[in-house]
Amino acid sequence: MNLKPETTEKIDKLVPRYPTKRSAALPLCHLVQEDQGYLSNEAIEWIAQRLELEPINIQEIVTFYPMLRTEPTGKYHVRVCRTLPCALAGAYQTCHRLEKELNVEVGHTSEDGLVTLEYVECHADCGRAPVVMVGEEEYTDIDPDKAGELAAKMKSGELSDGMPD
Amino acid sequence: MSQNGTVENVTINIDGQDVSVPQGTNIIEAVKMVGKGKEVPHYCYHPKLSVAGNCRMCLVEMGMPMKDRATGEAILDEDGNQKIGWMPKPTIGCATNAAPGMHIKTNSPMVKESRNGVTEFLLINHPLDCPICDQAGECRLQEFSAEHGRGYSRFIEDKNVKPKRTRLGPRVTLDDERCILCSRCVRFSKEIVDDDVLGFVDRGTYSTLTCYPGKELENNYSLNTVDICPVGALTSTDFRFKMRVWFLKRTNSICTESSVGANTEIWSREGKIYRITPRRNDAVNDTWMTDSGRALYKAVESEDRLTHYTIGGVHKTPEDVASAAVDLLKGGDVAMVASAHSSVEEQFYYKAIAERSRAKVSLVSHYGEGDGLLQSEDRTPNLRGALLTGLIDQLPEAELSPLARGINSGAVKTLLVVNEDVTALGISPDLLSKVKVIYVGTHTNDTAKDADIVIPSLMVFEKDGTFINQTFRLQKFKTAVPGPSGIRPDFMVLEKIAAPLADEKPAAVTLDEVWQRIAAKLESIQDSLTWRGIPDEGIALEPGALVELPFAETKNLKYDPVAFKEAQSAPAGA
Repeated sequence: MNLKPETTEKIDKLVPRYPTKRSAALPLCHLVQEDQGYLSNEAIEWIAQRLELEPINIQEIVTFYPMLRTEPTGKYHVRVCRTLPCALAGAYQTCHRLEKELNVEVGHTSEDGLVTLEYVECHADCGRAPVVMVGEEEYTDIDPDKAGELAAKMKSGELSDGMPD
Repeated sequence: MSQNGTVENVTINIDGQDVSVPQGTNIIEAVKMVGKGKEVPHYCYHPKLSVAGNCRMCLVEMGMPMKDRATGEAILDEDGNQKIGWMPKPTIGCATNAAPGMHIKTNSPMVKESRNGVTEFLLINHPLDCPICDQAGECRLQEFSAEHGRGYSRFIEDKNVKPKRTRLGPRVTLDDERCILCSRCVRFSKEIVDDDVLGFVDRGTYSTLTCYPGKELENNYSLNTVDICPVGALTSTDFRFKMRVWFLKRTNSICTESSVGANTEIWSREGKIYRITPRRNDAVNDTWMTDSGRALYKAVESEDRLTHYTIGGVHKTPEDVASAAVDLLKGGDVAMVASAHSSVEEQFYYKAIAERSRAKVSLVSHYGEGDGLLQSEDRTPNLRGALLTGLIDQLPEAELSPLARGINSGAVKTLLVVNEDVTALGISPDLLSKVKVIYVGTHTNDTAKDADIVIPSLMVFEKDGTFINQTFRLQKFKTAVPGPSGIRPDFMVLEKIAAPLADEKPAAVTLDEVWQRIAAKLESIQDSLTWRGIPDEGIALEPGALVELPFAETKNLKYDPVAFKEAQSAPAGA
C-alpha cells in the first residue's frame, strides 16, 4: 500500500481517538478511498490489519455502503442526483443525455476510461436542481442541454476533473 | 450474582404461570424451562453463541409491574393486585433477560401476528425447494412456517436469484437462496473457533454469505456451521443429497478421536452410517464437535476390516479361537500390548486376563497436537479407563523397546496385542516371528497379518460400552449399526478367555452382569452403579490419586488441568 504521507498521518491520529480500534473502520475506509480513489482488496486487507480485524469485517462495510467503491473511477467521476427534487426537475433526462453524449451506461465507466456515470442521492442543493457533481465540483441547474455542454467539455478535456490536489 | 457466587432466582410470569428462573436467563430459555412443549420460536439465537437479535422471530409481549412515578408505590387494580404495564410493542425474547415480576405473553394475538409477519418476510425470497433440500425434516424454517405461517403466499413478484452451490470450504457447500441471514455461522466462526472468515457482503435483499476472497471455511470445526444453520443454506458436502433425515435412526455415541470424548449422535439406516453430529453436553463439548471426528465412521466399511476369527489363517469359531488363546496364555511368559481405544468393560477383562496369565502390560501413547477446543493431545478415548481399571498404573510409553528386549531375551513367548501395530512401535517383524501372537482388533495391519490367532473386534459404532474421558467422566455409547456378520461383542469373547484362565466356566454374560462385576471390583466406581444407570450425559468419577499423573492434555474447551487438579484436591462442598 502506497498511501500518501498525509493520509498515513491522518490515520495515525484518527485511530487512537476511538475506544476500540474497530470503530475507526468506516473513517479509515473513506480516508484510504480518498487517497487511492477506490478500495482494492489490498487496501481492504491493509485496513483490516491496521485495525486488528479480519479482512471480511472490512469487506462487509465496503460492500454495504454505496459511497465506498471497489473499482477505480474514470478520469471524470460524474454523479447525477435523482432524489425527489432533482428527479422532478428532470434529472433522468439529464442523465440520459450524459449517457448518450459520453457513450456510457449509468452505473458504469466508459470504455476509454474517461467517465464514470452514476446516480446518487441528494447533493443538498435542491433549490438549484438538477444537480450534477463532477469529482468534488458541483454543477447546478443542469438541464439536458447544459449536460450536453458539460459532456463536450469533458471530451475535450477542458473541464476540471474536480479532484482536490 | 450473590456474594457466594451462586445465581439467584427471580420469579417471572409466563402466560399467567409463575416461574422461578435464574437471574439473567433470557426469555427463550425461561420459556423452555416451563416445559410442557412451550417454545418461543427463534432462528438466530443459539444458547452457545452471542445474542444477535436479527431474525425477530422470538417476539413476545412483555410487561412490568406498574409503579407510581412520583411516589414509587405500586399501582393496584380493583382486586388489590399490582397492575402490569404492558409494553405497546413486542420485544425480542433472546435479548430480554428475566427481571423480578416480569410478565410475558408468548401466545397473544399480537405475538402471533408478529410471528406470522416475520415468517412471511422470510419466505418472500426463500426458494421453497424443500422437496430437494437436505434440511427438510430438521429445518426450523419449515417447522415454524407450518406452525406460524399463513399457509399461502401473497407474493406475486419474482423471487431473488442467488448462487445455489457456493463452495465455502472443503466440507461445506452454501445455497445462498435458502439463507435467512441469521448470522449463526458467522458468530460461530468468530466466537468459538476464532477463525473469522465468514461475513455478509452487499445489502438488503442482495446480502450474501461469503468468505473473503482467497480464504476458505476450512477449519476443523466448519461442519458445526451446518449443524447450527436453521435452514438448508449451509450443507455438508459429504452428506448433501445422500439421505432424507427422517429415515435415519439416531444413536447416542461418543467420539473416539481424542480424550475429550465429545458426545455424538450416529445417524444410520439399515446398518449403514450416514453421518455423525454432536449431541449437546455442557460438561463435555457444548454443542460442537470436530470435522475429523465426524469422518471416523468411514472406517466401518473399510476394505481392511477383520471379519473372521482365525487360527493360523484358517477360519474358526469364536469358541475354538478362545480356547486356543487360553492354551497359549496358560503357557506363561505372556506380554500384553493393551489399548486405550478399548472400552472400560474390555479393559476390565484385559486386566483380568493379564492378572491370570501374569502378563506384563504395556500401553502405547497416541499423542498429537491439541487445538485447545475439542481435540486434545491424547488421541485415544479411554486412557483414564485403562488407569482406573488397573490395566496400567503409569502413563503410556511412546514405543515398546522394553517389550522388544523381553522378546529378544526369550522372556516373552506369547504376545497379546490389542488394536496396535507393534511392528511400527519398535518390534520388527523378525522379532515378532519369535513369539506367538494373539491379535485382537478391528482392522488388519502388519501385526495382524502375522498373528497366530486373530480375534476381530467391533468398532465403537457396533457395540455398547463406556469410555472415561479427560475429566474422568464415564460416558456410554450404544450400538448404532451391526458389526460384520458373525463377530460378537468383544467382552463376550474375552469372557471365554478370562474365565478358563481362572479355571472357571465361561458364563453367557451380558453387559449388565459385566457392570455388576466392575462396580463391585473397582473402587472408583460406586457399587450401586449399573450399566443402565449410567446417564446419557455421563457421570463424573473420582480420579483419586490418578489426578497427580502428568497427563498430556493442556487447556481446552472444558478442561483446565490446573483447575481440575485443584477442584479434586479441594474438600467436597467447598
